Amino acid sequence: MKKHLAFAIAFAALGCGTSVYAQEDFSAQLKARQGQFRIMAINLGILGGMAQGKIDYDAEAAQAAADSLVGVSMIQQPPMWPEGSDNMSIDGTRAQPTIWEDKVDFLSKWEDLGTAAAGIQAAASGGVEALGPAMGQIGGACKACHDTHRAPES
Amino acid sequence: MTGTLVLAAIAAAGFFVTRATPIDSSALAGHVGDPASGETIFIASGCASCHAAPEAEGDAKLVLAGGQRFESDFGTFVAPNVSPHPEAGLGSWSLAEFASAVQQGVSPDGRHYYPAFPYTSYTRMTDQDVVDLWAYWQTLPADATPSQPHEVGFPFNIRRSVGVWKQIYLEDDWVMASADTPEIERGRYLVEALAHCGECHTPRTALGGLDRSAWLEGAPNPTGRGTIPALTPDELTWGPTEIAYYLETGFTPDFDSAGGHMVAVIENFAQLPASDREAVVAYLKALPQPKP
Repeated sequence: MKKHLAFAIAFAALGCGTSVYAQEDFSAQLKARQGQFRIMAINLGILGGMAQGKIDYDAEAAQAAADSLVGVSMIQQPPMWPEGSDNMSIDGTRAQPTIWEDKVDFLSKWEDLGTAAAGIQAAASGGVEALGPAMGQIGGACKACHDTHRAPES
Repeated sequence: MTGTLVLAAIAAAGFFVTRATPIDSSALAGHVGDPASGETIFIASGCASCHAAPEAEGDAKLVLAGGQRFESDFGTFVAPNVSPHPEAGLGSWSLAEFASAVQQGVSPDGRHYYPAFPYTSYTRMTDQDVVDLWAYWQTLPADATPSQPHEVGFPFNIRRSVGVWKQIYLEDDWVMASADTPEIERGRYLVEALAHCGECHTPRTALGGLDRSAWLEGAPNPTGRGTIPALTPDELTWGPTEIAYYLETGFTPDFDSAGGHMVAVIENFAQLPASDREAVVAYLKALPQPKP
């Protein structure tokens, strides 16, 4: 009986090593990476609201929002995306395994966001007309990555 | 003996109704193609979104080399080369052959296309628009990449069975029977014909046909992951400017962004005039509340 148990434990340790790993709780990383996107969404809301004329244009507020986008774009990403924190391994994320299969692509798309954020930072206080095209650049960067690396809502 | 005769007659009749019928080419006579207008039809119809090579970006999207893979319950369909290359693509086709493919799902050699190609929507395209689209097609670059075969198992690999399917599901009447304003009418043409929104946003029957009784009520994602959201007024509660802004930029009202195949759709809608995006909104707002 004991022997069986020992065998079972050894077997579980061997064969299911990856699933034990997948049980790991990545809640801190999930909160951090989802939080950074939420910060961007809030600031994009300010810039987009002005671009659409829903909010009165205010150069200072636009600049602060754009600066915040640049700030987020400067956060280093790899520590927040540990192996095994994809949507096939754990709940609570829409991050597709493609992020880890093609890390170079994922990180280059994050860099593209940085370029777009720098663009809106340069344009933000120069008048409302410049916001629309700059938002278009940001939107393009968001979609390019979500197209491949984020799963649809379930 | 009589039984055999009856069976033979039924089989013959079945063979007759399931044949691939090209369009009547005389319908196209008298139309002159305008490539500039055709470009708009091309964008609105999302031709490049499926027929460009996988990962193509920018102007490379105009090279319709094919190769993108589309998973479904029936197998994996691989978009073919439809560039104007004479051998690899459709460079040797006539206008009537092109129109038969787009509006009826019939190939020049008289076979049925699988409805992964959304001719069930394009069947509502006007003749003039097909002619314009073909005129624009001639301006696109040719590419020699050979088309890959679809990965479709028995019994769905019997093309003739698509003929039966078409008898049930290929309908050219509008789902929204009456469009009350010219704007809604334009939106209907975009949603139900060119942009073929219903192909993903409407659930399918067990046979893979669109369930028109649940038009645009949302559906499982054919890739098997997640769902495609409903566009009916009970579910899509965004305001008109919010929907139009989403179609232009991909930003939702709370500034999340679009993902998946919708990214390609937005890329197309962003290039259309604002009035077209507003027309889509007018159509969606005119949809009836779904029956409980």
